[in-house]
Amino acid sequence: MQRTLFWLAGLMALPVAAEAKTEISWWHAMSGANAEVVTKIANDFNASQSDYELKPVFKGTYPEALNAGIAAFRAGQAPDIIQVFDVGTGVMMGAQGAIKPVAEVLNEGGFTFDKSQYLPGIVGYYSTPEGEMLSFPYNSSSPILYYNKDIFEKAGLDVDSPPKTWAEVWDAARKIKESGAATCGYTSTWLTWIHTENFAAWNDVNWGTNENGLAGTPELRIDGPLFVKHFQEIADLAKEGVFVYGGRTSEAKQNFTSGECGILTESSGGLGDIVKSGMNYGIGQLPYDETAEGAPQNTTPGGASLWVMGGKSDEIYKGVAAFFNYLSQTEVQQFLHEQSGYLPVTMAAYEATKASGFYDENPGRETPILQMMGKEPTENSKGVRAPNLPQLRDIQNEEFEKMLAGQQDAATALKNAVERGNAALKEAVGG
Amino acid sequence: MRRTVFPHKLLPWLLLVPQLTITVIFFYWPAAQAFRQSVLREDPFGLTSTFVGLANFRRVLSDPNYLNSVRVTAVFSVLVAFFAMAIALFLAVQVEKIVRGKGFYRTLMIWPYAVATAIAGMLWLFMFNPSFGTLAWPLRQMGIYWNPLLDGGQAMALVVAAATWKQISYNFLFFVAGLQAIPRSLLEAAAIDGASRRHVFWTITFPLLAPTTFFLLVVNTVYALFDTFGIIHAVTGGGPGKATETLVYKVYNDGFVNLIMGDSAAQSVILMLIVIVLTAFQFRFIERRVHYG
Repeated sequence: MQRTLFWLAGLMALPVAAEAKTEISWWHAMSGANAEVVTKIANDFNASQSDYELKPVFKGTYPEALNAGIAAFRAGQAPDIIQVFDVGTGVMMGAQGAIKPVAEVLNEGGFTFDKSQYLPGIVGYYSTPEGEMLSFPYNSSSPILYYNKDIFEKAGLDVDSPPKTWAEVWDAARKIKESGAATCGYTSTWLTWIHTENFAAWNDVNWGTNENGLAGTPELRIDGPLFVKHFQEIADLAKEGVFVYGGRTSEAKQNFTSGECGILTESSGGLGDIVKSGMNYGIGQLPYDETAEGAPQNTTPGGASLWVMGGKSDEIYKGVAAFFNYLSQTEVQQFLHEQSGYLPVTMAAYEATKASGFYDENPGRETPILQMMGKEPTENSKGVRAPNLPQLRDIQNEEFEKMLAGQQDAATALKNAVERGNAALKEAVGG
Repeated sequence: MRRTVFPHKLLPWLLLVPQLTITVIFFYWPAAQAFRQSVLREDPFGLTSTFVGLANFRRVLSDPNYLNSVRVTAVFSVLVAFFAMAIALFLAVQVEKIVRGKGFYRTLMIWPYAVATAIAGMLWLFMFNPSFGTLAWPLRQMGIYWNPLLDGGQAMALVVAAATWKQISYNFLFFVAGLQAIPRSLLEAAAIDGASRRHVFWTITFPLLAPTTFFLLVVNTVYALFDTFGIIHAVTGGGPGKATETLVYKVYNDGFVNLIMGDSAAQSVILMLIVIVLTAFQFRFIERRVHYG
């Protein structure tokens, strides 16, 4: 009897609840420590008002979430908000009918989008050439260098000064391996993002024509001499067993947190898991090539942004606007930044974090921001865009894997990557 | 043969409706969609599409990576089908010999079949991933340079092992049933004649198992071609390079990761033709050698 009453009460309460709150779905790709941050933000937003109910749904890795979103759109079941990684930006920008620009959503929701409040590098990356903001930067990141202080100490390296140039990284990595402090000196996540896209920006060399694709369809240029030299060095280290390959995305983080490798280059957004592992780590800026003129220049934003899908009701758009407004609040951004290692999106949040003394207590945490804001971006360092960047990265990864396995040298790998990549680009734009 | 005549005209159709509906919705309709998409060029979101005729097919068939995929698939399926059946047959014969606890061993043998493909893939990944695999470490300690992330041969061995392991149970079940159907009298007669065990197996047991073996050959080929997607996705993702990219995985990769819908659809159509031809071939030529008793 009691149970029946309980169900009856539940049934009666249902329509009321559905009427009172508009549900907003948010598909994301955050796992591990970063997933906890998403849940906390959603819960706090839901508690902060009573009109909307934000429902975050984990959809796998970045590429998986993007593909799930596209498949759902084709089936007429698209979520309201979807998190798309930097690489998918070109894909989303090409889908003008499928998305609703964030600037528009915010304006219609009664909020003004003031560009000057946001970090300039990020705004530029997620806007049209005409300056309209298309997606909301949620988690922007920049690649940095992490090192294991215990291993550095054992190898007789200076614990307080991480290597600054690639040459110094190779040296330190060899020392780590030779001294037996660890079985592997250096590893890296995201070879494509860190060693071609950011490598180009940071050393101020061309990744592709047409301002790396920001001003039109690019043609790849990653077979330039600086790239060849860099990748040949990595290939040599791999042969010596000093560099260990972890995989195409963020798998190498595991090789670092497990203590197998002494040095890691990885997104600043990987910080949460490194902190969680409880290791004694240090942070340095992304290494640059000392022979490159003007290096270090600036890094480009990675991470992901939130896209609003088209064809939804006004009520939902209002809720989305309210959520984005909430998300850009200083305290929320500060929380996001401090917990996850992602960059704060607004200047105010950055200033507030600085004023709170957070960077003094946590050395290295300001590094990704300084890297990105240190210099006015050049044509080579504003970012990278292509209508099929995920595919271009796949092609590069395949060639790198053959190179690391010793089947081809760096020059051949890069030449193949450029040839295959350019063919794929031509195909993607209907050539 | 005797003909049975049923009085009802409508009832048989009515009884067939559920099955036909499911077949149309889940097989014919998607297949028709694949045909339609294979002659179109479409953007990822499906907002615009243009008719391009057979251009997608031409491109796919002239792509060296596609030919690589064909080769990978051939190697992979032959290895998986062979090992999954050979090991299952060996184990089924061994279990027959056991006097006590037969049921127990059989139950243990059937377990892996209950594991979902993707989970089976994860299990093998956890054992053999070079950075955190529990068995990768001892391998390295033994001086074996174990790194399936870069070594295409090792990656292939890993996915073949995982896919085989997953399928052994199914084959085992059928072989056990097949072995039990073999008339005792034949085996006893052979024993009285003083035939060796090996001789009995190859001249009596194995030929009598032919129907089961043939059925399993078809099932295992289809399994290796399609059902192993989850394992490859979880363990290698088609890498390193393109060393473990089978045809099905390439369809997924081009369509869902690289968002080239037309190419992907053309590949599905080709794949469909390959399977039809392969199955027809198996039934036309191999089945002739099968004796159904």
